[in-house]
Amino acid sequence: MSSKKLKVSAINNGTVIDHILPGKAYAVVKILHLERYNETVTIASNVTSGKTEKKDIVKIENRVLSNEEVSSIALISPEATVNIIKNYDVLEKRKISLPDKVDNIVHCTNPLCITNHEKVRTRFKVIQNKPLLIRCEYCERTMDEKDVEKVLG
Amino acid sequence: MLKDIISIRDISKADIELIHEKAEEMERYISCGTDLAQGKILATLFFEPSTRTMMSFQSAMQRLGGSVIGFSDTKSTSVKKGETLVDTVLTMEKYSDVMVIRNPLEGSARLAAEVAEIPVINAGDGANQHPTQTLLDLYTMKKEFNRIDGLRIAMLGDLKYGRTVHSLAYALSMYDVEIVLVSPEELRMPKGVRKHLKGKIPYSEVVNLDELPDVDLVYATRIQKERFADPNEYERTKDAYSIDMETLSHLGDAKIMHPLPRVSEISREIDFTPNAIYFRQAMNGIPVRMAILSLVLGVAK
Repeated sequence: MSSKKLKVSAINNGTVIDHILPGKAYAVVKILHLERYNETVTIASNVTSGKTEKKDIVKIENRVLSNEEVSSIALISPEATVNIIKNYDVLEKRKISLPDKVDNIVHCTNPLCITNHEKVRTRFKVIQNKPLLIRCEYCERTMDEKDVEKVLG
Repeated sequence: MLKDIISIRDISKADIELIHEKAEEMERYISCGTDLAQGKILATLFFEPSTRTMMSFQSAMQRLGGSVIGFSDTKSTSVKKGETLVDTVLTMEKYSDVMVIRNPLEGSARLAAEVAEIPVINAGDGANQHPTQTLLDLYTMKKEFNRIDGLRIAMLGDLKYGRTVHSLAYALSMYDVEIVLVSPEELRMPKGVRKHLKGKIPYSEVVNLDELPDVDLVYATRIQKERFADPNEYERTKDAYSIDMETLSHLGDAKIMHPLPRVSEISREIDFTPNAIYFRQAMNGIPVRMAILSLVLGVAK
């Protein structure tokens, strides 16, 4: 085996989320609800690649992420990159950026927030990208990166 | 003008000034009433108890010539049967032209406003917002001092859990004022609010009431027993942040406001001093709520 060989094999069609912060692949899996996905999902954690530091990678076969889903990854790992793969080629590189609003992606951490009691789509305003700070448009409480990961379970 | 009054965050300084201008006009109708809102119905949806807020909204609507329906606890309603807030709101809006809601769940008024076509006014959503209280507090300052700009205002007591002081601090940051925060360490103004004030208006924090510099106004709040794990700690804290004649002698002619109800944070003899303005503050709820109702109903002259 060549030392240059990838530890995670290439996929034919689908999405590769690369340069995820080390250890955050599981949170990415949760935010994209991949635990319910029926096809192959490859998770690589704490991969050392070249001279860069450790990173995580998630490969999802036969699924192209929506823009909303790509945005949601920014809540976990804003430096990640998203590549859409077709026939082993990179068809498209999607830039990850947080939108102004985070719509129905995470729950509110406030147990007294109305969104945890009635069927309501959650909505947060992004106040700050780095470090992450979002505010619930209902109860007006703010959540940081740790809170976001907490509500992912 | 805003369709709904949900959070002080949505309200601009221009909105506040318009509401105050209308409130001033409403003062003349307090004793004789008016027919501005004749034929209009206010629904008060109070999922938890309130004295001042609900009564003053009802009084304001009646003085405007309108009428009132509603409930003040959920015992006699379908909420007891498990009806959702959304369903209650969608039903009640068919019976009324404007709705005032108090619900312990935070964000409930925002949700009500999203589903209802008629205007919705937040009368308190848990620890989150109570915008009409803030609007009447600002109106009281304006009336008593003839201005808000230039005032040095102390906020005293429970600054951590009191939604009134959070909204008020937020609103005051739109003015040229100075704030002194007086509270025990464990009841400090939350970081988020302090962060908001920073760079907008000068503010300082002191722990002891006797360290308080000269101020124009002291805004006192209730220290709630349930916030303390240790009852002795509660007793000590409560006494250290209450105003009696001895404290008052150091306050000069500073006016004292309080959102009420008070328990023991202002002793009864203070009521008879020229410093006490909290009952006038409560009375200002009427013209301010008349102004708000007439504006959201679109019947203001």
